[in-house]
Amino acid sequence: MNFEQIVAHIKTSLGEEFILSTDENASPKAIIVKAENLVEIMDFLQKDDQLYIDSLSCITGLDNGPEANTMEMIYNLYSIPFNHHLMVKVELSREKPVIDSLCGLWRTADWQEREVYDLYGIHFNNHPDLRRILMPADWDGFPLRKDYQEQEYYRGIKVEY
Amino acid sequence: MANQVQYIFDKENLRKSAPQKFKSEDLKREEMIVNIGPQHPSTHGVLRLEVLAKGEEVIEVVPHLGYLHRCFEKHAEKLPYNQIIPFVDRMDYLAAMNTEHAYAMGVERMLGIDKIIPKRVEYIRVLVAELNRLASHFIALGSYGMDIGAVTAFFWMTRDREHIVRLLEWASGARMLYNYIWVGGLFYDLPVGFEERCLEFTTYLKPKIRELERVVIDNKIFIDRTANVGVLPVDLAINYGITGPMLRGSGLKYDLRKVDGYSVYPEIDFDIPVGKGEAGTLGDCWDRTWVRVQECYESIKIIEQCLEKLITEHKRTRDFDPRALAPKKIRPKAQDFYIRAENPKGETGFFFRADGRSDVPFRCKARGASFVNLSIINELAKGGLISDLVAVIGSIDIVLGEVDR
Repeated sequence: MNFEQIVAHIKTSLGEEFILSTDENASPKAIIVKAENLVEIMDFLQKDDQLYIDSLSCITGLDNGPEANTMEMIYNLYSIPFNHHLMVKVELSREKPVIDSLCGLWRTADWQEREVYDLYGIHFNNHPDLRRILMPADWDGFPLRKDYQEQEYYRGIKVEY
Repeated sequence: MANQVQYIFDKENLRKSAPQKFKSEDLKREEMIVNIGPQHPSTHGVLRLEVLAKGEEVIEVVPHLGYLHRCFEKHAEKLPYNQIIPFVDRMDYLAAMNTEHAYAMGVERMLGIDKIIPKRVEYIRVLVAELNRLASHFIALGSYGMDIGAVTAFFWMTRDREHIVRLLEWASGARMLYNYIWVGGLFYDLPVGFEERCLEFTTYLKPKIRELERVVIDNKIFIDRTANVGVLPVDLAINYGITGPMLRGSGLKYDLRKVDGYSVYPEIDFDIPVGKGEAGTLGDCWDRTWVRVQECYESIKIIEQCLEKLITEHKRTRDFDPRALAPKKIRPKAQDFYIRAENPKGETGFFFRADGRSDVPFRCKARGASFVNLSIINELAKGGLISDLVAVIGSIDIVLGEVDR
């Protein structure tokens, strides 16, 4: 299936309101969905007979900075049997970045979401084990945010990069 | 400077920075916590495993990562596209060429120059990437033998890897971290005589891999240690996002070199070996190792075909400049872009967001194959013995530079 067919299929099966807009400029082409619909759409994409998008390749968090005041979550999906692909984007508010976890659908989401939580501070509902994964547990702040101020000393070690 | 405090010592520091999941007070009878790593040869780097064990039996494995974390992505947000390539090398430092190839390809596609790259450049890229894939598999196989107790394999494999490393040093000037594949071209053309020497090397190598097969893979002790251990069913593998030789070891014929057909791979004839469960169950540690060995043969096939093309059809000419297309200023249009490519460890992906106004990526995310592959370790190891845990870690083939990034 190509991108237009996938979008049409989602719209006829789930409803028009589930896809806010599309981004044809992105590669793979992207659909933009609401945060509260994410799990429902992903569940449909994974289980539907015609789409059968079984592989969640990459989860990316993104901070648009204090001026835009938004954060984004980007999911790159691939179907192994049908060889079609899709990017799903979700926009979140920067004050309270909360989104539902996909751990119930893909177990690979576990560590990748922990990484996003670690570096961006986006909170995942229903995540079984939301701890920091790469940074030390007692580190201050979320390093990949655009307005991140690194702490000057960490246990007497000068922090500079 | 002399009196400056270097590090404020506190007994509780480790507990605060990497808290254990299990507490010794809560353990049931006969249960114990075994801490493996971060400095332990069988964890293949700085990986710490917190193992809840009951006697010899593993109940749960909790990996603690981040001892090698450099925050590549933060660095990438401050550097122009071409200056990120050395950082990309240091992710999977055993297969730097493959990662460079994926990265350069992604940026070229964003710029829209991927179709006009000269064929000779593409063939050289595939050639060096496959040489590097061999080197990476040699380390994986050699150190896996060492984990299991076969010390010979490690010496043999480092000996043969040394030839590859020297070939690549001859081409690029560095042994491991090359910065050879540039956006839009190459650092240099291949040195004169490289093709012939490389062909000599592949002739030398083929019997050596057969030798390795006989010493390690077909060995009774090795089969006893790895067959039916750490069985990974294919549906679980896909659900966990496992890629590369691990996924193919579970019996799924899925290789991005064929599926996506990037670079000149569609013009090259090679097979994708998949596990068949010959020694035990399909998807056990032995299958994964077997797939790696077979991939070495396939890589040699690819190398020979590349050399053939580089000698005949796309041969060296006096006026060939591999940097001719390398752009002075790399400024892609505003877009989101995801590229994936087949590395020795699995699928390496790069997500870019270009804002169209600067030479610096707004966001550059790397998906490490080892990072995702490692996440399955608890599923594979639980219920087995602690000695099987060592066999499982080795068969996942992780590089901690890529896990921690």
